[in-house]
Amino acid sequence: MAIRWGSYPVKGLYDELIQGRAKPRPAANQLCQFLHGLTDKEIAEHKNAADLAIKLMGITFTVYSEQDGGAIDRAWPFDIIPRVIDNREWKVVELGLVQRVKALNMFIADLYDKQQVVKDGVFPAGLLEDSVNFRPQCVGVKPPLGIWAHICGSDLVRDKDGTIYVLEDNLRVPSGVSYMIENRQIMKRVFPDMFENENILPVDDYPSKLYDMLASLSPRKVAKPVVAVLTPGIYNSAYYEHSYLAQQMGAELVEGSDLQVGDDDCVTMRTIDGPKRVDVIYRRIDDLYIDPEAFLPESTLGVPGLMRAWKAGKVALANAPGAGVADDKVVYAFVPDLIRYYLKEEPLIPNVPTYRCIYKEERDYVLEHIAELVVKPANESGGYGMLIGPHATPEEREKFKKLIRGNARNYVAQPMLTLSTAPTLVGNRVEPRHLDLRPFILSGKETYVTTGGLTRVALTKGSIVVNSSQGGGSKDTWIVDTEGGN
Amino acid sequence: MLSRVANSLYWIGRHIERAENTARLINVTSHLQLDLPKGIRQGWKSIVNIVGNKEAFDKMGIENDERQIMKFLISDLDDPGSILSALRAARENARTVRDVLPREAWEEINSLYETAKADAPKAYWSKNRHAYLQQIVRGAQTITGILSGSMLHDETYQFVRMGRNLERADMTTRIIDVRSADLVPPDEHTLTPFENIQWMSVLKSLTGYQMYRRSVLEPVRRRDVLEFLFKERRFPRAILHCLGEIEGCAVTLKKNAQVVASIHEVVKAIEDVAPGALSQTELHALIDDLQLGLVGVNTAVRETYFA
Repeated sequence: MAIRWGSYPVKGLYDELIQGRAKPRPAANQLCQFLHGLTDKEIAEHKNAADLAIKLMGITFTVYSEQDGGAIDRAWPFDIIPRVIDNREWKVVELGLVQRVKALNMFIADLYDKQQVVKDGVFPAGLLEDSVNFRPQCVGVKPPLGIWAHICGSDLVRDKDGTIYVLEDNLRVPSGVSYMIENRQIMKRVFPDMFENENILPVDDYPSKLYDMLASLSPRKVAKPVVAVLTPGIYNSAYYEHSYLAQQMGAELVEGSDLQVGDDDCVTMRTIDGPKRVDVIYRRIDDLYIDPEAFLPESTLGVPGLMRAWKAGKVALANAPGAGVADDKVVYAFVPDLIRYYLKEEPLIPNVPTYRCIYKEERDYVLEHIAELVVKPANESGGYGMLIGPHATPEEREKFKKLIRGNARNYVAQPMLTLSTAPTLVGNRVEPRHLDLRPFILSGKETYVTTGGLTRVALTKGSIVVNSSQGGGSKDTWIVDTEGGN
Repeated sequence: MLSRVANSLYWIGRHIERAENTARLINVTSHLQLDLPKGIRQGWKSIVNIVGNKEAFDKMGIENDERQIMKFLISDLDDPGSILSALRAARENARTVRDVLPREAWEEINSLYETAKADAPKAYWSKNRHAYLQQIVRGAQTITGILSGSMLHDETYQFVRMGRNLERADMTTRIIDVRSADLVPPDEHTLTPFENIQWMSVLKSLTGYQMYRRSVLEPVRRRDVLEFLFKERRFPRAILHCLGEIEGCAVTLKKNAQVVASIHEVVKAIEDVAPGALSQTELHALIDDLQLGLVGVNTAVRETYFA
């Protein structure tokens, strides 16, 4: 027997599968027994089968490498041991996410309208003025259903005491959902027997939910609105996902140069039969690049006139331009207040305690305790530009102190959490590795939350950086119904 | 359908076909080398002339190094005529249109490239070459089969099919041109066994030997082979057949007048002559005309649908 739970270390950690010496959590019990029953040879076979499946299915992500002189495709790093969550716990998380995204959407709509939240003193006017993601071009626009952030990817982490926190909300162009679906496909190919005996809830209805939501935004009330996914192209790290989602939805995958905006403000795509009207665009290009007339004039990725078309109500954009204003690590610190303000409810999922460097008192605390804290710039994603205090060198800490003093508004800091772990294959043994979870929330006429989400795992021992561009991998995420029934 | 997508599909069709044709060509030539007496072995240069990258090849000065030649023809990614280059181009095009391809087709294109790349060194040695090239041919046929068997035969599919047939027609003209020039003297009465096997190899490069026998019922002779490869509409690699296929695709599309007219021009150029009766010089001139005609078809497709 290759995997012995007795020697798996969980001391001082919250492990998602093992709760004590050789003792699996109830929802993971069957899985752990199954894994225990595998021989070294079988483990290696399953691992190879998964790697092969990834290679042949062409599941890749693209990284930009200066060394190699351009974009290179890497196979998706995948660990064959799934992460398991009990459905009872998940249901609570789901409600918390719905609550959170609802408040965020009301907040965004308010900011581009009356700004009541600022007038009522809940959100500081100064922060809004400084926000790099507030788009004055969007003021006064009324998108369909009043929704701005149609697709949200919120990152959840669990601390060592078992509490689940929201770490951040991604409201611009969150990615990863295709990998969530592909991870499940791989697992079904590699471990069909596990799925026969367990009650694992399916994840693959996401593309059809996404399509329904997008179609519901169409300005033309036609039976089959034309939906397009707008991608920056094959060199984008998430290109695989753009194409995957377009394919799964039966939507067109378009690049900026495929689209044009006419004098009637309608968006059309260039087809072999001439121009064809587009109703809804799921854009995977950042705000600043979508329209050189409205934003960065040098952008070649976007479509000139797209903002004009959107404002005229001739095309729907998801997410709406400007939605990123709430996707900001400084705004993040206010989300619990926003939930109370807009919904008159208490947040169901807590925020990680966050120090806002804009406030002197909190800033002083951060500067003093920098060695214990994780410092994050407000507007970077992918784990770039972060300082992990406890692991940083004194020089790095000094550098960040200088950065914070120079641009306080741009930084927040959080205590260093001990992210929960899950057993991860290292050779043919298992070791604990830290992980997070990114569920996706769709907001349209109804709100939909993915069953689980994308579990990202830091493959390096002790590391908490889970981004695939920086040595992270992923696991299939099982929401397991332990109560039987169907 | 997006013009950009149509363009990519068309090139997937062309590149997959090109990879298959090159694999067949190398395979047949390998076998032919073994049959010819040392004195009249043609060397590999004729293949280089066919896949059309003579300059790069000459620069490398590897004419007598079989292993280097194989590397050049099979796996040189700097050389656009190599098998691997064609497969890579097909894969890159497929990557940009993954959303319209059947998933299986993408997986097959991707895995054909991956395995062709990984196994390429095996084919540098004559012992394993046959198996390797067979694998390429089979992979390409699988892709063609999946596309034909699982895609909607709507306009999307028509572009792949047009690309495939245009490439095929083009390759047939190149093979005839280069190989017939190699075959001197073209004297029917001194039908040496070697000339005979060389014409057989032309047919085999185009998988046409068996079908030629069934259709022509004559010995393998220059005159009949040429008639067969130009005009036998029932043979899928004959030029007239390919043109008929392209026309069949074009008529299902809108705005096809320019494309159809360009096809008719090439068809007429073939129908007006008896290729088997042409001298080598005349044949070469005819092929030049046909190749220009095929370029014209390509241009018409591009201008009408990809612009």
